Amino acid sequence: MNYTRILICILIMALVTYLPRMLPLAIFRRKIGNQFIKSFLAYVPYAVLAAMTFPEILYSTGNLISALAGLVVAVLLAFFNRGLLVVALGASGTVFLTEQLIHWVTGT
Amino acid sequence: MNRKNKKNRLEKAYEKMPHRPLTLTFRKGLRDGIPICLGYLSVSFTFGMMVAENDLPAWIAMMISMTNLTSAGQFAGTELIIQGAMYVEVAITTFVINIRYMLMSLSLSQKVDERMTNLQRLVLSFGITDEVFAVAMQQKEAMNSRYMSGLILTPYLGWALGTLLGATATGFLPLSVRTALGIAIYGMFLAIIVPPARHSKPILLVIGISVAISCCFTWIPFLNQLSSGWVIIICAVAASAFAAWKFPMKEDGS
Repeated sequence: MNYTRILICILIMALVTYLPRMLPLAIFRRKIGNQFIKSFLAYVPYAVLAAMTFPEILYSTGNLISALAGLVVAVLLAFFNRGLLVVALGASGTVFLTEQLIHWVTGT
Repeated sequence: MNRKNKKNRLEKAYEKMPHRPLTLTFRKGLRDGIPICLGYLSVSFTFGMMVAENDLPAWIAMMISMTNLTSAGQFAGTELIIQGAMYVEVAITTFVINIRYMLMSLSLSQKVDERMTNLQRLVLSFGITDEVFAVAMQQKEAMNSRYMSGLILTPYLGWALGTLLGATATGFLPLSVRTALGIAIYGMFLAIIVPPARHSKPILLVIGISVAISCCFTWIPFLNQLSSGWVIIICAVAASAFAAWKFPMKEDGS
């Protein structure tokens, strides 16, 4: 194992992760007045998280049925304002139980 | 007379207080970071396992987690390290996945207290993750450095601890549990976006457009060649721009 190469790779990764996070916050000091840009920036978090969740969540467990079950439970829990942890573990628990059920039904 | 004097003194003391009582304290930040921290434990645990399964030592996994602090980017980067990719490949892939942070950092620059110093900005921007960003943006007040350090610290510790456990205790958890944990991070994302979408039609629209575009880039031939980092940028820009054009926010931010 070539550790020098790995360490350089980690350094590169750290750098290209830090720069996009740091530059706008460090450079941009003025409040934006433009209504369109303000609205745009306020919508960004929802758009980013939605794009990261769908459709990847369907492939997150390696089984479409258990992933769908987890997705439905997560959306329901979130809809009724449960916290981050409850929703995350609720989805995981549902996936676990569904997969157990699938194994039991298919006899594998 | 005596009572009146006492009242006056209290009033004067209150006026002398430098600020009105802080609601976004360091402690509140730490507390708001706990759910993120617990969610991160499961995700970083998976990361630690992935590193260990490829015969890399635990300190490498820890070093990556503690210097990168990002899910998708470090998973992809580490995959490339294992495959023996070139430096430039590692740099470009990780960077593309992380460009979305520029949008977040820019949003945050409009949200932070103007008195935040340069040094505080340099340090705190290291901790801008998807979840930290979303929770910070949900606060009504301007973002101060105390609250933000708390909000970053608990998830950071969770990310590091989860990585360590995953890298050292592979095989400690049965496969069925590890598979189930794979959905945890998406559960966290849903917990952040679903509640506001109930009350705001524009936010629901933003989510709908973003999901539709993201699905196109996953399932339609040719379009699905594009890397996930670019897809996220395209979804975010298109959906947010459309909603900002159709539903510009009122002055009070509603």
